[in-house]
Amino acid sequence: MDIAAIVNQLNLKVRSGKDRLNNNVTGGYTGDLLSDVMANSSAGDVWITRQIHQNIVAVASLKEHAAIILVSSCEPAKETLERAQQENMPIMVSDLPAFELTGKIFNLLAAEK
Amino acid sequence: MLESDNNLHKRSFDIEGGNFTNAGTVSTRIKSILKEIGLPDTVVRRSAIVCYEAEINIVSYAKKGVINLTVTPETVEIEAIDEGQGIPNIELAMQPGYSTANQQIREMGFGAGMGLHNINTYADIFDITSEVNKGTHLKMIIKKH
Repeated sequence: MDIAAIVNQLNLKVRSGKDRLNNNVTGGYTGDLLSDVMANSSAGDVWITRQIHQNIVAVASLKEHAAIILVSSCEPAKETLERAQQENMPIMVSDLPAFELTGKIFNLLAAEK
Repeated sequence: MLESDNNLHKRSFDIEGGNFTNAGTVSTRIKSILKEIGLPDTVVRRSAIVCYEAEINIVSYAKKGVINLTVTPETVEIEAIDEGQGIPNIELAMQPGYSTANQQIREMGFGAGMGLHNINTYADIFDITSEVNKGTHLKMIIKKH
């Protein structure tokens, strides 16, 4: 499944990386502690978080995440968007809280397998 | 080993304490260098994780520091040397969840007390020495094979 499919089905707002929406999503990870995400997420994951500062881009980029999705209508900080454009990292915003968004994406990915 | 040997790369990067704006950029650079060399993905990923944690520790707790990268035919060695507050009790600091991070650091999602623990998990060899009010020296080795 690519990011574009998740964006369409869950009405996500795309804030950066519009030309990378064909990135393949192989899993997901939800968390706001950067060390936890560093240690336990995988390449190809969508990372679901409510952290909006620019350091999330470095983590996502180092871990080769497919995209970052911000929950509860949290908007990325200006510096985060600039960094995301440099690194070409897609960032989307959802109006759902982390629990609900995680469940929906989990089901989308499970239905595909 | 000759300096001209393609298998040997040596680089050094300065890290500024307290500068969260650039936190992670050195790890990103080192990751691209290791990728360009053509090391296996798992080696690149493990190196990136230990390097990132070491970099964040310098930014969070030290005045300044340096990260040295050495790629030998058998290993990736990452050394993080800082001038800072040091660690009074290394055994305690290694425990997952133990942290002395302030509120500002925690609000950004750092300071979860997982950094040294993650390094210990992902490095094949991890040496740490520290002196209070002087600084901390980490040496992390990831075997290529």
